[in-house]
Amino acid sequence: MRNAFIEKLYNAAKSDKNIMLVTGDLGFGVLDKFARELPQQFVNAGISEQNMMGMAAGMAKEGKKVFIYSIANFPTMRCLEQIRNDCAYNDLNVKIISVGAGFSYGYLGMSHHITEDIAVMSALPGVDVYSPADKAEAEKSFDAMLNKQGVAYVRLGKGKENDIHPEGTEFDISKPCLIKDGDKELVLTTGAIIEEAISAREKLGGDLKVYSVCRLKPIDKEAILDILKGYKRVFTLEEHSVIGGLGSIVGNIIAEEGLPVKVVKLGLKDIYSSKVGDQKYLRKLYGMDSDALVTEVLKK
Amino acid sequence: MLISNILTQRVRQDVLEMIFNAKASHIGSAFSIADIVSVLYADVMKYDKNNYKREDRDVFILSKGHAGSAVYAVLYELGILTKDEINSYCKNGSNLSGHVSSKGVEGVEFSTGSLGHGISVACGMAFARKRDAKKGNVYVLVGDGECNEGSVWEAAMFANQHGLDNLCVIVDCNKMQAMGNSKDIIDLPEISKIWSAFGWNTVEINGHDCEQIYKALTMPHKGKPLCVIANTIKGKGVSFMEGNILWHYRNPDGEAYNKAKKELTD
Ligand SMILES: Cc1ncc(C[n+]2csc(CCOP(=O)(O)OP(=O)(O)O)c2C)c(N)n1
Repeated sequence: MRNAFIEKLYNAAKSDKNIMLVTGDLGFGVLDKFARELPQQFVNAGISEQNMMGMAAGMAKEGKKVFIYSIANFPTMRCLEQIRNDCAYNDLNVKIISVGAGFSYGYLGMSHHITEDIAVMSALPGVDVYSPADKAEAEKSFDAMLNKQGVAYVRLGKGKENDIHPEGTEFDISKPCLIKDGDKELVLTTGAIIEEAISAREKLGGDLKVYSVCRLKPIDKEAILDILKGYKRVFTLEEHSVIGGLGSIVGNIIAEEGLPVKVVKLGLKDIYSSKVGDQKYLRKLYGMDSDALVTEVLKK
Repeated sequence: MLISNILTQRVRQDVLEMIFNAKASHIGSAFSIADIVSVLYADVMKYDKNNYKREDRDVFILSKGHAGSAVYAVLYELGILTKDEINSYCKNGSNLSGHVSSKGVEGVEFSTGSLGHGISVACGMAFARKRDAKKGNVYVLVGDGECNEGSVWEAAMFANQHGLDNLCVIVDCNKMQAMGNSKDIIDLPEISKIWSAFGWNTVEINGHDCEQIYKALTMPHKGKPLCVIANTIKGKGVSFMEGNILWHYRNPDGEAYNKAKKELTD
């Protein structure tokens, strides 16, 4: 999904010279084509995220549509105040791309695990938040981000995600999207971890309805309420803390409406992931893989 | 004779094994600092191997955490980490993350990974020790690319302001960073003049010469923090990795591994 997103950006930038791509000294091999063919629209700001984000605000003030490229928590937490005060408060056109959603960079260690970004970025007024599950969602996220005035954030996997939307199918990125139908139970997921929900569904003999929620902010409340109709409980699954992510968003909607629906949140349970390993391994270790979901579903 | 002289080759061999086995990255960054870290742990720093937490110990923080394999390797060669531990590097369930980790890893003082943090932490430790008139020096190694980060210079100003002469920064000056040569990204020519201008006692050395490293790290610098500009080569020790940015990322596959191993063994 990372390469698909950058390809879209490259194509858009070819016909809009106000699009700027700014990297924090990352993207070797990924941004090469853009940098080579559109050098006037590219700059490596160096390893200096705070300055980079403040400059993005400045460039946007001069009429640029700035895309910031980095990984892990560097383009969010490291420069959070620049995002808040300089970019978002002034509603400037700054789009933030971070690669390494969840445990994509599992073996690199906790500094490179992205597990609280949705919570942190969603807390900022005016910042849209996207968490695509596959290439198709990443491409649609790009279009939506480009067309929006102001700040938007996208967390991307680093590659090799399964396609969950069959080639050519239409869907609305602003709404939760039904990926697998099922009778008894309901799970809402966000990001590439949806593959765990799909495999849980198989293990459960198909009795699990699976939705992908790519746009987390603004959330389409009506759509969520529609989906919840008739259910007594809903599972949420995300490669993110159980605090402030999809589970919290869904829980808030339910509480606000006073619905009698129980929310079972699967995600990182308010701890730091100090162990390393590959993405699949860490999902299992931290209780957010298909087996963990199956266990929860089978609980009465 | 410095112990580090007989250590550095083995450290590079260990780093190669660890990174090869884990299919991990950043081998060039680790080779760049193999000599400095060896001298620090083997010859310069005072600590009690049997009681690593002793309060008066010298401490070392690797601020450019992505080169953590070099630190783990040195700790293994000195008998602080076990073979099993370094074999687990970057593997499922391990504490030894690609970016240096202190959680469950004896001998590592502080976890890093996001650049520009370690130097501030080191500065804080040095400051607290000074306030309490405690013994023990604080050493911290930063990358020259890492010096793009403003926080590095915020720490530099603070250390100077408070005359932290128990603090030593080593800049691993290999003139490269993640996307290429520093001169094409953020150029810091005459980096030692910059540190001097910030009020630091600054020396410039060859960062692959153990004697020079030792001399610089042990020189007196009363009243001022010390900055050692170590001129290094990214990928040092394996000819085809030296000065080649690919080895910031690339994992040595079968053939590269064999060639590298041969060069490090001969
Ligand atoms: C805050 C932050 N931004 C970006 C990165 C990604 N990154 C890892 S290593 C590196 C280059 C570091 O260059 P340098 O400090 O010169 O070390 P070298 O690898 O060249 O020895 C970058 C940009 C990071 N780890 N932390």
